[in-house]
Amino acid sequence: MIVAIASGKGGTGKTTVAVNLAVALDKPVQLLDCDVEEPNVDLFLKASITEREEVLAEVPRIDLARCTYCGQCQEICQFNALAVLPETKIVLTFPELCHSCGGCFAVCPEDAVVPDQRLLGHLEIGQRGNVRLIQGKLRVGEAMSPPLIRRVRQASSPNGMVIIDAPPGTSCPVIASLRGADYVCLVTEPTPFGLNDLELAVGAVRKLKIPMGIVINRADVGDGRILEYARRESIPVLLEIPFERSTAETYARGEILVEAQPIWKERMLLLHDAIRRRVADL
Amino acid sequence: MYELVVLSGKGGTGKTSIVGAFSALASDKVLCDADVDAADLHLLLSPRKISHHEFRAGHKAFINPDLCTSCGECLDRCRYGAISDRFEVDELQCEGCGVCVHFCPFGAIEFPENHCGEWYISETRFGPLVHARLGIAEENSGKLVTLIRREARRIAEEKKLAGIITDGPPGIGCPVIASLGGASAVLVVTEPTVSGLHDLDRVGSLANHFQVPVSVCVNKADLHWETAHAIESLCREKGADFAGHLPFDPSFTRAQLEGKTLIEYEDGDGAARTAVLKLWEHMRALLKAR
Repeated sequence: MIVAIASGKGGTGKTTVAVNLAVALDKPVQLLDCDVEEPNVDLFLKASITEREEVLAEVPRIDLARCTYCGQCQEICQFNALAVLPETKIVLTFPELCHSCGGCFAVCPEDAVVPDQRLLGHLEIGQRGNVRLIQGKLRVGEAMSPPLIRRVRQASSPNGMVIIDAPPGTSCPVIASLRGADYVCLVTEPTPFGLNDLELAVGAVRKLKIPMGIVINRADVGDGRILEYARRESIPVLLEIPFERSTAETYARGEILVEAQPIWKERMLLLHDAIRRRVADL
Repeated sequence: MYELVVLSGKGGTGKTSIVGAFSALASDKVLCDADVDAADLHLLLSPRKISHHEFRAGHKAFINPDLCTSCGECLDRCRYGAISDRFEVDELQCEGCGVCVHFCPFGAIEFPENHCGEWYISETRFGPLVHARLGIAEENSGKLVTLIRREARRIAEEKKLAGIITDGPPGIGCPVIASLGGASAVLVVTEPTVSGLHDLDRVGSLANHFQVPVSVCVNKADLHWETAHAIESLCREKGADFAGHLPFDPSFTRAQLEGKTLIEYEDGDGAARTAVLKLWEHMRALLKAR
């Protein structure tokens, strides 16, 4: 079962739910940190990392000895990653704009486009207790996270329990993180910002046609707007978590809540049960 | 003219609440909501839309079933797994590279321009606001950010305003990079947690990479003073400007529930309000000096 923990708005508690849900279960779990721009799972999990590999994107380099400056590579590139200047016999490449579509390689009649690489970031794998951590870390300065997210997803096995910590928002990195999940758990808070961003996230999950439920964090801080919305849209509310200063402090220190507070273990087991029942009913 | 961009790395640290408060305090400015993926600033500013524009960027492939012979050329060429065995394009997977369009031997693949969002110029009680809505599950957030920042600059120049205050997106990826270039200052709003500290470090490095000077403030500092002070020392160590601590104060949320900025909301002992006033004075002096 693949369960993705997502939310439109940042800072609602995605990572908290993902990490604590994984640790609470007394069985092997793969925990994927797909928030590769700001991967935070391991700040709490503190797994011992055993594997680390570079994740690269294929980008073009031009072999000027073969190039005839015909301009076909520039023409096919939709991302402006190549500029051919025949008068001065220069071909400029902008590897950071390249989407690795392979068009320039395929179209060049002279085989003058040769593969080069751009570092997207790193894939790391580690273990702590029952949890196998698979995380991506985007290189600072790199704009494109989806290929790295897809690499993190590929590194996991679809068998057994997989929990995905998704990035915030609703655009392509979120889609890359959620695609193929069996269930999405949207973590939100009962405020105007929380609801607005939840509605956007629900739209994204519906486009992917994945069943979903809602976790309301800091449920007592705002008002009843999320419950109303969930009722109206027939989305189940799986769990409500009140604001507790002790929780905020434990989180601030980077500790795992299910290990510090028994009530968190109960909450996470309830959540797991609610998700499992819903996935089984499908 | 200045442009102050408010970022955070980690989401949910209070960027938009602080930009909302700055909106009420700063005079002669344009506001810009560059968190196009999940924009929230309008919820505090109740904008009245003056103009509404389509955002088109890139293309998406579409296979015309009348011309397709199922030869499989596109399927073999597509690196994004966007083409199904039934020769239909999955819009969410298609990155608009056009390789299938180019190589289809039967010219069966159309390549229409992609409508991927909307952007608006609005009037608010605190001045003009440029904001946008990226279509759900769309790409090109960076291009949309670049576009609305350029619009904000155009309005500021036209109206001879002092500057622009931009509410940025979380993370360090494409839309954040598009928010940073050419800004006069970045204010990173962080929180005193292990994740706040970690994410600040990454977004700070990104701003350094683009040579934009960084100021840092710690929101909800009293939730964990030890980390709040550690962040303050880290800033001094790295030569970043430390702009102040803000207290954890439910009035931020209460103001939001009423659709108000913190400055317009009267409640409690006003500790957060005082701290935000101080923070704005700090940033104002800094922007003026530059």
